[in-house]
Amino acid sequence: MFRFFLRRVALTLPTFVALMFVTFVAVRLVPGDPIEARTGERGIAPERLAMLRHDLGLDQPVWQQFLHYANGILHGDFGVSIVTKTPILHEFAILFPATLELAFCGLIFAIVLGIPAGVIAAVKRGSIFDHSVMTVALAGYSMPIFWWGLLLIMFMSEYLGLTPVSGRMDLINYYFEPVTGFMLIDSLLSDQEGAFGAAVAHLILPSIVLGTIPLAVIARMTRSSMLEVLSEDYVRTARAKGLSPLRVVGLHALRNALIPVVTVIGLQTGTLLAGAVLTETIFAWPGVGKWLIESISRRDYPALQGGIMLISGIVILVNLIVDLLYVAINPRIRHGG
Amino acid sequence: MPLLSIRNLSVTFATGRGPFKAVDGVDLDVEAGELVAIVGESGSGKSVAMLAVMGLLPWTAKVTADRLSFDGQDLATLTPRERRKIIGRDIAMIFQEPMSSLNPCFTVGFQIREAMAAHLDLSRAQRQARAVELLELVGIPEPVRRLKAFPHQLSGGMSQRVMIAMALACRPKLIIADEPTTALDVTIQAQILDLLLRLQSESGVGLVLITHDMGVVAETSQRVCVQYAGQQIEMQTTRGLFRDPHHPYTSALLAALPERAHGRLLPSIPGVVPGLADRPKGCLFSPRCRFATDTCRTVPPPRANAALGHALCHTPLVDGVPRAQEIAA
Repeated sequence: MFRFFLRRVALTLPTFVALMFVTFVAVRLVPGDPIEARTGERGIAPERLAMLRHDLGLDQPVWQQFLHYANGILHGDFGVSIVTKTPILHEFAILFPATLELAFCGLIFAIVLGIPAGVIAAVKRGSIFDHSVMTVALAGYSMPIFWWGLLLIMFMSEYLGLTPVSGRMDLINYYFEPVTGFMLIDSLLSDQEGAFGAAVAHLILPSIVLGTIPLAVIARMTRSSMLEVLSEDYVRTARAKGLSPLRVVGLHALRNALIPVVTVIGLQTGTLLAGAVLTETIFAWPGVGKWLIESISRRDYPALQGGIMLISGIVILVNLIVDLLYVAINPRIRHGG
Repeated sequence: MPLLSIRNLSVTFATGRGPFKAVDGVDLDVEAGELVAIVGESGSGKSVAMLAVMGLLPWTAKVTADRLSFDGQDLATLTPRERRKIIGRDIAMIFQEPMSSLNPCFTVGFQIREAMAAHLDLSRAQRQARAVELLELVGIPEPVRRLKAFPHQLSGGMSQRVMIAMALACRPKLIIADEPTTALDVTIQAQILDLLLRLQSESGVGLVLITHDMGVVAETSQRVCVQYAGQQIEMQTTRGLFRDPHHPYTSALLAALPERAHGRLLPSIPGVVPGLADRPKGCLFSPRCRFATDTCRTVPPPRANAALGHALCHTPLVDGVPRAQEIAA
């Protein structure tokens, strides 16, 4: 187990190096640089441009810039934002809870709906329920996030008036200092009546939008995995014991069927964080995704590089955790080798 | 009143190419404590018939029977919930593939205790004690440690012992063993069979042994039922069957046993069991039968009386010679 863990961790190192390189290059392939992005069309005196570039180290050869950046990351220094002059790590720490809260709720939405839907579709395969679930899942998977988000805003917020259109909180009615950065927790800690309800209301639409693709993937995966497991001999053995269908399906079959589903859920964290970029932009959600989009238009190199590195690091970390979790729920891996 | 009583049991599967009758009019009585064998080659419907008794067939299967009763209760009219009270407690089943019949995600102990938790009113400690006792009974050393093992840590023979322990957990009245030794090594086969027979005689449980091994039938059972292509073609005492088989198929099966063969070449039955597409009009065995007449090929055979082993044949054999039914009787 410990050796498996070490090997798995060692495997993530080359991924990090490659990431560092790709983000650095990709950011610089975007036309324009931070100074030009700020001065705009009016232009700037050449001497002043050279001076500003020198200040930011942009006049150095690219390979030197890369070494400087890589060296910083190895020492845990992600640089300072060109625009706000605050350390990237600090900005990220303030914004990330918002993204995490959204991603977490989106994932919960996807799991809570996706697994039962997949299980029921498999048990009642060929039924109307099965066909409807699979059709809806396909539609959900194929729908562009931004369009789906706009549709929901139009229907739920504009037409029905049920949910807020954007943001994380009604800032006119409630104000409190962030303690944890998670609005659900902070609103509870604030002791202001109705604040928690407002936080939940703001989360509903973005969570649905962000959770839709993972929901579709989880439902389809659960269904196919479940179909396979339901025809296994040990499911027949469980039924031969006279156990209730709920126990046969929900314990004996699902426990085995979940093994691939957990992997898929882990892989969805990447989708979630990528989807968060769009979702946050649609709902004006003050998280990392929206911050990255804004950083692109400002050509804020350190913010982009650092932000992407941090996000990718989290995805890699989650995948690592999922692999370890996989071992925990599958005794055949736990004891083998 | 027999423990298990089946009359005219049929199972039809809905397939892509129309309905397929996997079991066609099977009768079977099993008395308490009796050992009955069902023999037949692969695809003869012997497992399917017993799965129908257990209620374990997939939803594509349609089961009909004039009588399907166990211990005085009509299995066909019970609600699923009532039926589950009998399944696993009074009737238990042992399967062909022990390795895949145990759930890989749960320990052996969990799976044995689970059956007791579902049916018996025992405390946690009592269930654990009984599980240890059961593993000792089926000859597994270090039972306490083995209960914590996962199925993939066990060999095939060991897994089948666990399956047997699981079947015995609630002290059933009837055990259905579906080719319990087929998937095992030859040396282990004998051990598992001996174990089953010992447990059967010690506990007085009824046992239906599904097998395709005539040798096993000869050694173990009191009565034997021969199936061919879903039909029950002969049913009589084991001794009677080996002395004077009445159906030509049974006769040919016995002639193919190495210990009974005379010449240098082992006799075999030409052809294969008919499938969905090539089902003969008359007797299903007629294309492969040495004694088949034109009547056999066109008219479905009648069932002979008990003296002729209930043989499903126009011309049942008596001492190896075909006779018309009226004359034979």
